[in-house]
Amino acid sequence: MDRNDYYGGDSASLNLTQLYRKFRPDQAVPQDLGRDRDYAVDLIPKFIIASGELTRILVHTDVTRYLEFKQIAGSFVYRDGKISKVPSTEMEAVKSPLMGLFEKRRAKKFFEFLQNWKDEDPATHQGIDLDKDTMAQVYEKFGLEPGTQDFIGHAMALYLDDDYKKGIARPTYERIVLYTSSMARYGKSPYIYPLYGLGELPQAFARLSAIYGGTYMLDKPIDEIVTDADGKFVGVRSGNETVKAKQVVGDPSYFGAGKSAEGGKVRVVEEGKVVRAICFLKHPIPGTDDADSAQIIIPQNQVGRRNDIYIACVSSTHNVCAKDVYVAIVSTIVETDRPEQELAPGLQLLGPIHDKFVSVSSLYTPTSGGEADNIFITRSYDATSHFETVVEDVQNVWKRMNGKDLVLKKREVNVEA
Amino acid sequence: MSKQFQFKLVLLGESAVGKSSLVLRFVKDQFDDYRESTIGAAFLTQTVTLEDQTTVKFEIWDTAGQERYKSLAPMYYRNANCAVVVYDITQSTSLEKAKSWIRELQRQADPNIVIALCGNKLDLAARRQVSQEEAKKYAEEEGLMWGETSAKTGEGVSDIFTSIAKKLPLTAPPSARAGARAGPARTGVDLNKQAAAGQGQGEQCNC
Repeated sequence: MDRNDYYGGDSASLNLTQLYRKFRPDQAVPQDLGRDRDYAVDLIPKFIIASGELTRILVHTDVTRYLEFKQIAGSFVYRDGKISKVPSTEMEAVKSPLMGLFEKRRAKKFFEFLQNWKDEDPATHQGIDLDKDTMAQVYEKFGLEPGTQDFIGHAMALYLDDDYKKGIARPTYERIVLYTSSMARYGKSPYIYPLYGLGELPQAFARLSAIYGGTYMLDKPIDEIVTDADGKFVGVRSGNETVKAKQVVGDPSYFGAGKSAEGGKVRVVEEGKVVRAICFLKHPIPGTDDADSAQIIIPQNQVGRRNDIYIACVSSTHNVCAKDVYVAIVSTIVETDRPEQELAPGLQLLGPIHDKFVSVSSLYTPTSGGEADNIFITRSYDATSHFETVVEDVQNVWKRMNGKDLVLKKREVNVEA
Repeated sequence: MSKQFQFKLVLLGESAVGKSSLVLRFVKDQFDDYRESTIGAAFLTQTVTLEDQTTVKFEIWDTAGQERYKSLAPMYYRNANCAVVVYDITQSTSLEKAKSWIRELQRQADPNIVIALCGNKLDLAARRQVSQEEAKKYAEEEGLMWGETSAKTGEGVSDIFTSIAKKLPLTAPPSARAGARAGPARTGVDLNKQAAAGQGQGEQCNC
């Protein structure tokens, strides 16, 4: 059941009419942006990591038969006032304008170390223990400058803040390897993106589910989560109909979203806010070699923040807007009481902005696992630039509901192709 | 040399008018009296050979029950080259429903889509509520193809698909994949080709 008349909830892609209805209900859709139906504007800015967990699920479930993907043309990082391509191999590191001559040598050694690492071969470890040493110690061993650490930790390992440096090095190592192997897969960037927008993903999964007997209801308001005397889930009420079930899964917006629900029970709490600005541009982002799409990461240290600023840009190449329009979403985790201003370093990189839609959304997390009351709640879409944490959440909800891990088994070969 | 064309065909119509039965008859020449709602098939394909040896391959999308509760996604209509909108000749309300689906197609689908209106359950003509004249007149007004079929006996089924095949623009270059990607061939990345690329890490530097 979905209260909206479109699929995807917070991860939907909207046409102009829907976008205006959501953000500017009192305004008519302007005529100068082209045809309404050419638009599929994402509400959350995320890309798919080419070798990541979501790709594995897409391939496994065969929803790829409904979807077509294109590469994101470039992955960039901000350093000292300008943006550059993120180097992902020792070869690229040597050429990158991000580093001076001596730093390049050190970075080359660092990347060689990562590429050659074999768990079973101590000769490749150079005295480092990925499971004991912190990432800060690894950086120190290779003598990498703070600015280099910024792009490695934030634009490759994709950490949102610097807390990772205090932890052991292995997770960072694994994230960098994921980045470089994803990069190697299609060439231009480690990211892929579905034609017609991210909203295609929920549509494709919904169709897959329908084909196996699932029923979907759109435009169906949810008025009440009905529970019994012990607080256990009974059903969902919409108007004067109640549908009963053993378990319910939903996103936080259906479970009070921070306010105490019926009976005073608080089911989800806010753990932060994200500010996002959806910007329409009439030109590619300056400094990206006219890329039709890009991700730009502004590491927090570079602009005196605690959290990174992300820019995700797509265009008509991905069938999400009219020709010669570029859609860039700038986002970050809110740190002050003037969230829009926090986006300024990102917005400045875009050049003239034709129009922008700014929103602040709360990030909710469930207060309990749901095993006790059969109410299973997902987390809000976070500020990361990819779907890896979303997949983790799905796997986690599955485990809470079924008591065991989600295992993607090999299926019999399909009869119908 | 014969040419092959591939097109995406979507089925629409009220629940229980026989959409899936119609496809099952067309694709497998089968009929099942107690067919439950559509389960299990992503889409079916069937090829029609025209007199000039041109072959037209239909990639047929069934609604999978998503026509109920207003839950057909834009993805369903996207890049559909043709549509068969089905009603049940023994239920006059089903024709009204078919008309609203046609309006939906005219709103959501490609403007060049070829639409056929199809009155099914011709084997139950004794209980007919929708006259041929009424349906035909409406189809003419809207510029649609029209025909009556019986998925149970097979009458009219291949005719309607063949008529559609003849009406499709067989001038575009043959496409590798279905209508969804008709026109320019797939230019996107292939997610399934991962094994090959995975090992290319070393050689494939991006310089």
